[in-house]
Amino acid sequence: MKRRTLLASGASAATLAMLGMPARAQDKLKVGFVYVGPIGDGGWTFQHDQGRLDVVEAFGDQVETIYQESVPEGADAVRVLQQMALQGCKLIFTTSFGYMDATIEAAAQFPDVKFEHATGFKTADNVSVYDARFYEGRAVIGTIAGRMTKSNKIGYIASFPIPEVIQGINSSFMHAKKVNPDVEMVVIWAYTWFDPAKEAEAAKAMIDQGVDVILQHTDSTAPQAAAQEAGNVYTFGQASDMAAFAPKPRLASIIDNWGPYYVKRVGEVLDGTWTSGHSWGGMAEGEVVIGTISDEVPAEVKAEAEAMIAAITDGSYHPFTGPINKQDGSVFLADGEVATDEQLISMNFYVEGMSGDIPS
Amino acid sequence: MLRLERRRQPSSFWRWAAPLAAVVLTMFLGGLLFAAMGKDPLIAIRTIFWDPLFGQYAAFSRPQLLVKAAPLILIALGLSFGFRAGIWNIGAEGQYIMGAIFGAGFALAFYPSEARWFIFPGAILFGLLGGMLWGLIPGVLKVRFGTNEILSSLMLVYVAENILAKMAIGLLKNPDGMGFPGSRNLKQYAAAHNPELAAGTGAHWGVVAAILAVAGAYVVLSRHRFGYDVRLTGQSPRAARFAGVNPGRLILICMAISGGFAGIAGYFEVAGPSGQISIDFNVGYGFTAIIVAFLGRLHPVGILLAGLLLALTYIGGEVAALTLNLPIATIQMFQGMLLFSLLMVDVLTDFRIRFGKAKVA
Amino acid sequence: MDLSAINPVLLIAALIAASTPILLAGIGELVVERAGVLNLGVEGMMITGAICGFIAAHATGSASVGFLGAAVGGAGLALIFAVLSQYLLTNQVPTGLGLTLFGLGLSSLLGQDYAGIKAPTVSKIDVPLLSDIPVLGPILFNQDPIVYLGIGMTVAVWWFLYRSRRGLILRAVGENHEAAHALGYKVRLIRVGAIVFGGACAGLGGSYLSLVRVPIWTDGITAGYGWIALAIVVFAGWRPYRLMLGAYLFGGVTVLQLNLQAANVPIPAEYLSMSPYVATILVLVLMSSGRAPGSLGRAFHAST
Repeated sequence: MKRRTLLASGASAATLAMLGMPARAQDKLKVGFVYVGPIGDGGWTFQHDQGRLDVVEAFGDQVETIYQESVPEGADAVRVLQQMALQGCKLIFTTSFGYMDATIEAAAQFPDVKFEHATGFKTADNVSVYDARFYEGRAVIGTIAGRMTKSNKIGYIASFPIPEVIQGINSSFMHAKKVNPDVEMVVIWAYTWFDPAKEAEAAKAMIDQGVDVILQHTDSTAPQAAAQEAGNVYTFGQASDMAAFAPKPRLASIIDNWGPYYVKRVGEVLDGTWTSGHSWGGMAEGEVVIGTISDEVPAEVKAEAEAMIAAITDGSYHPFTGPINKQDGSVFLADGEVATDEQLISMNFYVEGMSGDIPS
Repeated sequence: MLRLERRRQPSSFWRWAAPLAAVVLTMFLGGLLFAAMGKDPLIAIRTIFWDPLFGQYAAFSRPQLLVKAAPLILIALGLSFGFRAGIWNIGAEGQYIMGAIFGAGFALAFYPSEARWFIFPGAILFGLLGGMLWGLIPGVLKVRFGTNEILSSLMLVYVAENILAKMAIGLLKNPDGMGFPGSRNLKQYAAAHNPELAAGTGAHWGVVAAILAVAGAYVVLSRHRFGYDVRLTGQSPRAARFAGVNPGRLILICMAISGGFAGIAGYFEVAGPSGQISIDFNVGYGFTAIIVAFLGRLHPVGILLAGLLLALTYIGGEVAALTLNLPIATIQMFQGMLLFSLLMVDVLTDFRIRFGKAKVA
Repeated sequence: MDLSAINPVLLIAALIAASTPILLAGIGELVVERAGVLNLGVEGMMITGAICGFIAAHATGSASVGFLGAAVGGAGLALIFAVLSQYLLTNQVPTGLGLTLFGLGLSSLLGQDYAGIKAPTVSKIDVPLLSDIPVLGPILFNQDPIVYLGIGMTVAVWWFLYRSRRGLILRAVGENHEAAHALGYKVRLIRVGAIVFGGACAGLGGSYLSLVRVPIWTDGITAGYGWIALAIVVFAGWRPYRLMLGAYLFGGVTVLQLNLQAANVPIPAEYLSMSPYVATILVLVLMSSGRAPGSLGRAFHAST
């Protein structure tokens, strides 16, 4: 084979075809997705990929999407982003917190490529950040968990001690405690987003210590499987519906619905109106959805949860409304005061009543 | 019946032909495997071994070869001394990690210093010391207690990995990182950064160090007394002792060299391409370097070429992951197959294949 | 800190179950090393077993077929090592490392379409009456079949090595292959048998993770268990009962750490995770060098 310099478009189309990609790719908007786990995780990454499929469905021939699964957070992520940009992606979604520096670095090298980084806080002219108000969903499942626990011990498999995760722990704990003052929360930090083996072991350890409702901020269905095996332990679908585990152990779920946002942003790139920004949608925007509440949940609890969903969606209730004290007893929010977004995105403390420390 | 008969002298033809034959064999076996899994073997092989060099985006991937090859070459060169003398340090991965921790720890201790003249060389020195220290542990244990260095150096890899995780979520964690594990990004710390020396070349100080190390190792092995001692010990430990080689001292020096080289490779990586100490910052260069050392016949120039080839598998594997949707771990499979093939073909260096039954000696 | 939250009986039962993959892989490697072969590919054989077992179980819906498939998969990978190291006389250290790399990559490729799928359930054996005995009941009589298999295998290997003639021959081959060869024993064949047995055990251990413990397939599911198994063989001084002790001491460090975390006991996970390796180095240092099989790791060629 001869060494070639591929500048002529005909030749490059031929190469693309040989690489198994459709020819005439340059006519389409190419959109890249970087995933932290496999699509088959049944949770976080699966849900982002659903968003990608929504984009394909909405725009058909106008777009072409590529993705890469299980990209480690760190140096390798930069090369993946560079590869995607080189292959002609004009918009790239980086779907995990740990891609933050990599996204900023690649964005500086490819100023004509637009980047969308999920759950981060660093922006640039061509880098937007987007997130969803998961704590709204946590308030609802916290309420159900508080009602359903018999041992009054709720377990929480946490990933990393970052504000997004801490919001979720606080929100679910406060709302569980509101309906069940005796409740306590057991937290295990797994230091991973996706590791079924470790998530399963964490769930088992909690169950052995008398936990009978498990919440998770990790991406796999392994804790659901562990709860199913144990028998009388309840769980909630995380990021995705995880309906395969309904009606028991899975009582309800927090579904991340990225489709609307992805379709909107791709549309903006197509018509040239995309600008960098910070998007934080919740139940009102349809980004956070509570999946079907199973029949294991008594009707009055179900009604209570549905009322809360309605209140959060119409804006009449904010899960972080005072009075709320921090773990050390100092005041976080005065009576009736509502947390600002700035307070939420820098949250690094437990609320009053939580035991244990956030690792630092 | 086939049987092997030991050659009086290792075949010098096969000694150098074996690596080439192994590469061809790997491509062939790899192709078979891809075909068995329903992927087009030609396209897969082409994507991994050809496209990074001459494909459409080669201008981007060629410099990346240097980035990947530099640590492999540095570590493999360090290992080659010990391997020649029959000292089996297989814990270079741990020494690489400790070098990165020591170097980054030194640099971050002075954050946000602007004294690059002090921080950068100091951090490299600490990287060297960290790796050396970790390499000397199995060395000292072997000399003092006769401990098997294969097992102890391997065990220390996993001790180092846990120290790394502890550092990433503890002592070295970025105070401005919102609680996410990992140190400050050294790319954003000018005094410690190991930058690309000329834009678009991929060449950073680690590449410079690797080239200098190849030249240095060549001179030492072929011209210096130490190189002679190493070779003699490898061929005949008894003869070496009669010639006045102190075996304990030789073990310590070899472990220090391999540890030190791995250590500086660790710092160059963490301060450059990788950028930060994170829970799983290491990607197995220390193990891949063992393949590089063997494939390069423990010879500095051979190691240079072998390092570039293994770097190619990394880059090609990444391209294949994106374009062919192959899992990224396919690279490891190829590296394993390359090693198998080499070891298989290598049998021809020391043995002749004979047909029929052995004669009674 | 709330140590009272930990139920010691359940914890011990969990530790025994969690140690099973390491015990199985370790007992296999122990036989291999007793035959004088150092196979560093345990991690690779375990994970190959994990995916082969998963695929077999998923295809047939039967966990038993899965375990069989895992043993075959692990043994198959070990066969590569056996041919290379015994017939082509390759150096065992790089061959073993290559086997691990190869196994990790192969399993990832084979498992590409199986991520996130749940395995068929394996039910526990609940020995009637005995499982109701306080303390001992849950620990000893309410585990799944593979836990019992691991214990049974350890006893069987002990019996084989110390009470059977074939075991004596295997040990002789490991201690001094030239002498064993001179006595007319088929050194190569015995070693190939040991290596294949080791691979089957490692594969079985790996499938315990993918079919029972997790039970979902995921890349890199063995997460270093193979290296712990290797460490524990050395830690045990190549003795089956001490291997069992080592496996129970160190095989459950992850479980122990998660339990302590749930009870708010502030012991850093990393120190627990490195303990098997540190302990192994200490044992290596303390051990008189004569304990290791005399021919461990050395190639054997009849004409030399």
